[in-house]
Amino acid sequence: MTSTWTPDEPIVSLKDVHKSFGDLEVLKGVSFDVMKGEVICIIGPSGSGKSTLIRCINALNDIQAGSIKVEGQEVNTPHLDKLALRKKVGMVFQQYNLFPHKTAIENVMMAPVLVLKQSPEEVEVHARSLIKKVRLEGKEDAYPGELSGGQQQRVAIARSLAMNPDIMLFDEVTAALDPETVKEVLVTIKDLAAEGMTCMLVTHEMGFANEIADHIYFTDRGVIVEHGPPATFFKRAKDPRTREFLSQIL
Amino acid sequence: METVAEWFLWLKEAHGIKLTIFYDELDRTRFLSGVWTTIHLSFVCVLASIVIGMAGAWLQMSPVVWVRRVMSGYIAFFRNTPPLVQLYFFYFAVDSALSGMLGIRGGIMSSYGWAVIALSFFAGAFNTEIFRAGIESVPKSTIEGAQSLGYSRFQIYRYITFPLAYRVCLPSLNNNLINLVKTTTVAYAIAVPETLYISNQIWSDEYNVPEMMNVVWIVYLVLVGILVWLMHRWEKAIRVPGFGQ
Amino acid sequence: MKHLSGSTGTDLPVMLPFRPGAATWDARDWAGIATSKRFGLALALVLISWILVDSAYAQMVGGKSQTVWETLVKWTPLMMFGPQGQFGGFILNIVVSFIAMALGTFMGLWMGLGQVSTNRFIKRACWIVTQLFRNSPWLVLLFYFMLLLPFYINIGDTRIEVSGWAKATFALSLPIMANVSEIVRGAVGSIPTGQWESAESLAFSRTQTMWRIILPQCIKRMVPPWMNWYCILTMSTPLISILGVADGMTLTQDALAAEGRSEYLIPMYLWLMSWFFIYSYPIALWTRKLENRFAVNQ
Repeated sequence: MTSTWTPDEPIVSLKDVHKSFGDLEVLKGVSFDVMKGEVICIIGPSGSGKSTLIRCINALNDIQAGSIKVEGQEVNTPHLDKLALRKKVGMVFQQYNLFPHKTAIENVMMAPVLVLKQSPEEVEVHARSLIKKVRLEGKEDAYPGELSGGQQQRVAIARSLAMNPDIMLFDEVTAALDPETVKEVLVTIKDLAAEGMTCMLVTHEMGFANEIADHIYFTDRGVIVEHGPPATFFKRAKDPRTREFLSQIL
Repeated sequence: METVAEWFLWLKEAHGIKLTIFYDELDRTRFLSGVWTTIHLSFVCVLASIVIGMAGAWLQMSPVVWVRRVMSGYIAFFRNTPPLVQLYFFYFAVDSALSGMLGIRGGIMSSYGWAVIALSFFAGAFNTEIFRAGIESVPKSTIEGAQSLGYSRFQIYRYITFPLAYRVCLPSLNNNLINLVKTTTVAYAIAVPETLYISNQIWSDEYNVPEMMNVVWIVYLVLVGILVWLMHRWEKAIRVPGFGQ
Repeated sequence: MKHLSGSTGTDLPVMLPFRPGAATWDARDWAGIATSKRFGLALALVLISWILVDSAYAQMVGGKSQTVWETLVKWTPLMMFGPQGQFGGFILNIVVSFIAMALGTFMGLWMGLGQVSTNRFIKRACWIVTQLFRNSPWLVLLFYFMLLLPFYINIGDTRIEVSGWAKATFALSLPIMANVSEIVRGAVGSIPTGQWESAESLAFSRTQTMWRIILPQCIKRMVPPWMNWYCILTMSTPLISILGVADGMTLTQDALAAEGRSEYLIPMYLWLMSWFFIYSYPIALWTRKLENRFAVNQ
């Protein structure tokens, strides 16, 4: 498959995406585009399908209808090259999901060595710089069990970055953290955004979304209700559902 | 019945597969009596081992240290010695010692009786630990909650501890009881006329080892299968949402 | 078993973890007794007084008859190592347990991996085989394979005799295979799905995820039940005596038959049982220690 994608086209493009779990339809026709270097935040009440949406982008969940294109390549196809897709798309989870039997540096190094077959020496240099980037120098040899939630989450970010992805997905990455460690994770994400990484976040941190996002999408009951740049979105929300949600949160 | 017998006779004539238990009256009768022995031996041992387990768990929580030590000695002994040797020990050694002491000739109990005793004490040792762990899994705070509501000691046991402990115990208990039913085959060694023993007699008489061996295996799979199925139904029936697994 | 408070995160009274056989005061008590000096002293006293009473009794009854102690000592080499020049006795029980365990573990590991396979046919087939051998009585399996496996195998022109104990070992490895298979399936299932997902999003293949991420995390959970099954297997090895293999049990009965005296029955059986006990009890204690350590670190 040859990709004809050029950087002036959307790096991620969703068209009329439908997703059901059995009889329950969680995504009822979602469409939007993300440009390279853009940071978008998806917000919405629990159960509105926002986590499912983001998981569909790197094919952790399959979709029933519609189209998802990442750098011009269709994800919703039986011939999907999952390896190629996941090299391009990094993902960070709410529960960190670090490998508990490996140290921080081993967690970061594992995928490049085993999947990309890069030489361990080179990977180690890169991994150390990533650990440094997420401000965890000195914790290289700690096991996940010895790290705080915020520290584990930053290792998880470094682990995804080690694959040199073009896009990063963040699925409620601060939801399981203590309030005092939320900030260190958000700072790390902000650094990434500032470097021009394309980021898609599902989040409950409205202040953070306001600060970092180029574009905000509000989902409810499987559809995008409203979207716009933070300035207009937060101040002049038109839809009553959005207004109600924002009034509860802000 | 007649046609079944005829079909198996044909099977023997045409293919040499001698499933005598389906057309020979004597073999059928003794085989069924063997299966029946397995069933009631299992049933008696299951009941006795549960009683031993309950008594054992109660004794293990005794305030007297030597009672507890004797109980853990009992458990350690029966868990860490082979059940077959235990069975021989009871049937040959204890029987002869007791009959010698009491002056009874020809042994004091049948092999069936000794099989019940040995197997029940064997499974009872495991049941004791299962029940004890079940009771210990009921947290103090729940008991204290009941105490503060004015429940009596017996009421706490009857309405709080037992229903909770029983739900926690059941999977392990069922596992152990299924194991016990499988272990009843060991009674073969002291000539209790259960399925395996009777089948051995039949294949010695009829020279149909492969046929009988397959029959025995299938019979046990069916028996254990029914038991497993019943136990699962039972576990499902008493499941409380959000409690246990 | 899942700890309830973990999922709810409340301080409400919830059930404590249920651990049959988890070491509590009594197990530690017993271990303490077994290792204390006082216990050693008491044991020595019991032994000495037994030998004294024993020989006094023997002299009273009739000058020539040997004491129980002498009888045990006399038959110990046979019961332990088998008849001279042959392989047998209690040592055979241990050897059979080792080989059956190794074989059963090897087969069971693959069977368990088959049970969690994504291929529905393999999954179903492995499930059936596992249930078949898990739910069969060990003695029935022993009879089945002892009587129905050939007594010799022809490879080309050479005829290799299959000895009884080899067939028995194979038969005993089958229920171990089935139970190891269940241990593997349970342990793999107990790893949170997040581990699979994060490995997947890092582009690990299924095989890589299984061998590099999932199985290493399973080992800690699998070792205690695996050791427990080793004890159960060792306790089942005397079953091979029923099928005529000259193990410790067979030779004990031979010795008893040779003596032909009923007063030796209890001591001889206890003597044999004590060997099994001394072999198995430390393993059981060690298993509990590992279980506890795992429960604490969970």
